[in-house]
Amino acid sequence: MITIRYFGSLKETLGKSFETIDNAENFTVLDIWHLVNPDFSIAENTLTAVNMDYVSRSEIVKKGDEVAFFPPVTGG
Amino acid sequence: MTVKIYDHIFDPFSEIQQFQHSAHFAGKFGATSIFIGTMRDFNEGDDVKAMTLEHYEGMTQKQLRNIIEMAKSQWHILECLVIHRVGAIFPNEPIVLVSIWSAHRAEAFEACRYVMEELKTHAPFWKRETLTTNETRWVTTHSAN
Repeated sequence: MITIRYFGSLKETLGKSFETIDNAENFTVLDIWHLVNPDFSIAENTLTAVNMDYVSRSEIVKKGDEVAFFPPVTGG
Repeated sequence: MTVKIYDHIFDPFSEIQQFQHSAHFAGKFGATSIFIGTMRDFNEGDDVKAMTLEHYEGMTQKQLRNIIEMAKSQWHILECLVIHRVGAIFPNEPIVLVSIWSAHRAEAFEACRYVMEELKTHAPFWKRETLTTNETRWVTTHSAN
């Protein structure tokens, strides 16, 4: 199983904060986006993380990973 | 090196005092550099009455610790305290504290600036502000300075 999380304005745009998928072995982060959000193209400035580390969209996702998509951060 | 995420108001000066008092580096530090970020009541030409800060629990702490480790690899830092608010925040309340203790001022100044700038671009926080008109909007950009 792979867990997918969304934050900030992206969570509102998509209307979801969390979902899980099975059978996505050897998918990249971008593949996963297309799989679960077929009606939304990924914004150019969307940031991606796997297991709470920043990664590129070409990162291969493994079983048990947590993938996150979110807009540019605005803390501080 | 300490990272704290608070969902309530805090007094940065008391936090600094307590941390320094209980720390193991008495007599070793000659410089303390502090940055405190405070909520303004205006942004992009509009009056702001409140803000909600969302974050990615776990990744926030991981990224902040990474940033501190990177700072430690570049400067001789004795201690570092980072505190950041989440949840509902109101004007004049502190949002963030970065405090660095080192033997000499140059290291303290530079490391404090580095940690703060990296926090701005890497720590997963998102601000949503409420204007005095009750309109709400996500903050999408940082001020450059």
